Amino acid sequence: MRAILAAGLLALALATPALAAHTGWTPDELERELTCPTCQTTLAMSDAPVADRMRAFIRARHAAGDTKAEVRERLVAEFGEGVLAAPPAEGFNLLAWLLPIGGALAAALVLGFLAWRWAGGEKRERAADPSSNGRVSLDPELERRLDEELARFEG
Amino acid sequence: MIALLFAVLTWRVLSTDEARGLAEAVEAGEAPAAPDFELPLLNRSGTLRLSSLEGKAVVINFWASWCEPCEEEAPRLQGAWERWRDRGVVVIGVDAQDFRSDARRFVERFGITYPIVHDARGYTLGRYGWNGFPETWFVGKSGNLVGERVQGPVTEEQLERNIELALTS
Repeated sequence: MRAILAAGLLALALATPALAAHTGWTPDELERELTCPTCQTTLAMSDAPVADRMRAFIRARHAAGDTKAEVRERLVAEFGEGVLAAPPAEGFNLLAWLLPIGGALAAALVLGFLAWRWAGGEKRERAADPSSNGRVSLDPELERRLDEELARFEG
Repeated sequence: MIALLFAVLTWRVLSTDEARGLAEAVEAGEAPAAPDFELPLLNRSGTLRLSSLEGKAVVINFWASWCEPCEEEAPRLQGAWERWRDRGVVVIGVDAQDFRSDARRFVERFGITYPIVHDARGYTLGRYGWNGFPETWFVGKSGNLVGERVQGPVTEEQLERNIELALTS
């Protein structure tokens, strides 16, 4: 009797991973990739009635052996692309993927250029005056005030 | 790219304001033009375009099969359709955020015979400044929104009062 019970429990414990392995996906992961059309949060987080219905649909299709892409496509056909938490990387939606990457690259290029120009300008200034011996020359007004202060101190 | 994004954002803000303005205009007693739409029919074949109904009074009811208050008002809308259809009134149910199969079951369960369209992308919801299911609007014969924008289950009195107004507008 114990052996039968243990075998039953073991079969139950293995059932979900076995099914995931069979279809290659779990309902939970698709629920994180889709949004509830009413509340705009992911299906996994939503308690809206339509989200309950969508979750039931996902589980039913998963149990029937549909692929993740098939279930996703059916939900997009019913509710539109707005149910996808991330837009598909195609057509106009590509902008949503490319713009952040392009923006980060452009910002890095601008920062790099500014840093290069700033460092190069300072070097050029030092090189322009051989008597400075690599030191940065002072503003003439500041130099005058400094001389006055030193004269007063020495006097 | 930045200019394009800015243009898209501006368009989104302006279209949202337009929808909000529509609701405010109706509440202020004005009669703005009803946003047009063409959507596939669920309980008939083909599509239905709102503007093709000009010259008739139209009741537009936004609903979904999972919405409980929608069950409460469905018999009232069907009753209004049966009472008023011979006098130039059309009731349209706009089903959105819903499975088509669930919507068809709902239609059968409540014996709905007025035209039901399915708005898979929720296009009309945004254009009408929809605030939740169910919601009912009334369109006069001239194609303008008139009377009340009813949020929540519509009552017999609201239907009668607003249909009469739509027939004279």
